[in-house]
Amino acid sequence: MGCVGRDPAPPGDGDDGMSTNAAFTALLEDSAEELYENAPCGYLSTLMDGTIAKINATLLEWLGLTRDRVVGRMRFADLLTVGGKLYHETHFAPLLRMQGQISGIALELRCVTGERLPVLVTSAIKYSRRGEPMLIRTTVFDARERRAYEEELLRARKAAEQAARESEKDRVRLQEALAVLQQSLLPAALPRVPGLLTDSHYHTASPDQLGGDFYDLFALDDRRWAFFLGDVCGKGPEAAAMTSLTRYTLRGAAMHDPDPVAVLTTLNTVLHERYSAGDPRYCTVVFGVLEPDDDSGGFSVHLGSGGHPPALVVRAGGGADYLPTPGGLLVGVLAQASFVTARTTLRPGDTLLLYTDGLTEAHTGPGASLFGEDALRAFVGGLAPDQVVPALRGLLGDFGDGLTDDTALLALGVPARPGPGERRAERTPS
Amino acid sequence: MDVRRRNNVVTTGRPDGPAVILAHGFGCDQNMWRMVVPALAADYRVVLFDYVGSGGSDLSAWSEERYARLDGYAQDVVEICRELDLREAAFVGHSVSAMVGVLAAALAPEHIGSLVMVTPSPCYIDDDGYRGGFSAEDIDELLASLESNYLGWSSAMAPVIMGNPDRPELGRELTNSFCATDPDMARVFARTTFLTDSRDDLKTVTVPTLVLECTEDVIAPREVGAYVHAAIPGSRLVTLDATGHCPQLSAPEATGQAIVAFLASLR
Repeated sequence: MGCVGRDPAPPGDGDDGMSTNAAFTALLEDSAEELYENAPCGYLSTLMDGTIAKINATLLEWLGLTRDRVVGRMRFADLLTVGGKLYHETHFAPLLRMQGQISGIALELRCVTGERLPVLVTSAIKYSRRGEPMLIRTTVFDARERRAYEEELLRARKAAEQAARESEKDRVRLQEALAVLQQSLLPAALPRVPGLLTDSHYHTASPDQLGGDFYDLFALDDRRWAFFLGDVCGKGPEAAAMTSLTRYTLRGAAMHDPDPVAVLTTLNTVLHERYSAGDPRYCTVVFGVLEPDDDSGGFSVHLGSGGHPPALVVRAGGGADYLPTPGGLLVGVLAQASFVTARTTLRPGDTLLLYTDGLTEAHTGPGASLFGEDALRAFVGGLAPDQVVPALRGLLGDFGDGLTDDTALLALGVPARPGPGERRAERTPS
Repeated sequence: MDVRRRNNVVTTGRPDGPAVILAHGFGCDQNMWRMVVPALAADYRVVLFDYVGSGGSDLSAWSEERYARLDGYAQDVVEICRELDLREAAFVGHSVSAMVGVLAAALAPEHIGSLVMVTPSPCYIDDDGYRGGFSAEDIDELLASLESNYLGWSSAMAPVIMGNPDRPELGRELTNSFCATDPDMARVFARTTFLTDSRDDLKTVTVPTLVLECTEDVIAPREVGAYVHAAIPGSRLVTLDATGHCPQLSAPEATGQAIVAFLASLR
């Protein structure tokens, strides 16, 4: 038998003939003394030094002790575990003295069997009329159920804390892996192109998600350069896989035949074959070729677009104009797709800006208002080739939470000719 | 750094009197001394404070690195002495604070002129030929008790109390708040208190010292009081007719008288 094992109280005899009145009378006979001794909780009274002066039968039975071993011989703290005694001396007793009462303290009683009984203890000091402390009255409640419940809660909390730590570690690992993967989808650095200022920027909306924007710039031969910038639909690993396929297809196709329509058609065929069944995916992309233009001292541009926002040309004399490519289809949706090309010449001081819609669809206010193409044209108008990307980088920072999508920028600019008396500023692409 | 605010420093008593610092031990805060303060207030400048992590101290100043060693608590004491420009002050330390006083007196002898060690123990754990009274397992049990009783501590209320050191009544309305301590900080203080062996530090004491013990104290039994007395040459030992570990509460008048008599004998 456990140290607390009390027989359940005998059930009422359930005699239907017994009147309510008679039951009530029986209750009245439950004397104060009987209630004290056999209450469903422990009672004890001690002197101010803790010496036990009175203790009820319930508590004695829980402890497995007899009255004459306890009264006048033991202190309340003697009933506790050693750690409980320390707690009693450093917290319980001082608080009781300072406040006159203390309630609901979880302690453990040491039973004569060696078992420990978790209890909740409440004590109050009885004072004399002159305010002097006379004795301490204590009630003790069996807290085994409560303690088991608390231990479950504690266990659950510790498990949750552990899980949170693990998950944070996993998240960091994942972010590191994603960052490496993301970098592998972008050029480590743009190549140096003689006579051209190049700059790029990539903003990842979330460190937990791979973005679907991409760009590249590479030599076709010793005169011509190819560039592209695009956006695959969706995010995450599938988008990254598609980005990878798109990049290598564009590079491979360009080496074979750099005509923008030919390159985009090849990409369309590859993506359509790969993704038309079951998991339809597509991308938008601008692909183009740069060739030095000896007449202007700049570059001629021939580009094609498959459903991508139009490229923007920032002119040296101020102002900026879109290079429209209307009607180009999303790449990878249809088996046969038509693409639209455009040509322009970048003269000294001009910049070709390619961007993804993360920039133009950034939220600029509390409402649904988006930054938009008109605002972009106004913003970059008049900027020198080496100012375009840094200014836009600042703008993206200012968008703050309004910038919800990944954003890629690629700027290809021809340095302005030095004016009379001006020194030519050589600038290394950043 | 505002030391007065960090340690919730309170000064009372006679402003031009000799300084007496009353330092609480592990468990509660400076309120432990409130029944003894009246005995000192007439003649002494009484300095009360809470260690960082206890009572009304600035919890943001707490770090495990500093307060996992008694030196960290002694550093608190030295910084308070400097802040208040105390000279030759009497340091009255209860329980673990008695040893903190020993360390502080060694660190800053110009500030501390005498020690009153109330129910001290330089080592709570039994060792070869030494009986501190406890085993490491007992201390684990204490830590479990701390874990089960937050004593009115709530992480939601703490910022309110700590953010208003000028209005202590905000905290005092909470039951048990004298001993309410952030559970993590209480655990560190408990381990530091009960697992530190400072017996060798007793040798460093050179100032006049009074050891106050109780007739029955489960935390610092009389043999420990005798050990401390013997280890500090020239120290005085007074056994109070009191039970428990906190004579400043269970026998405040006798405790106050013993401190006053000792301080008077030094003048």
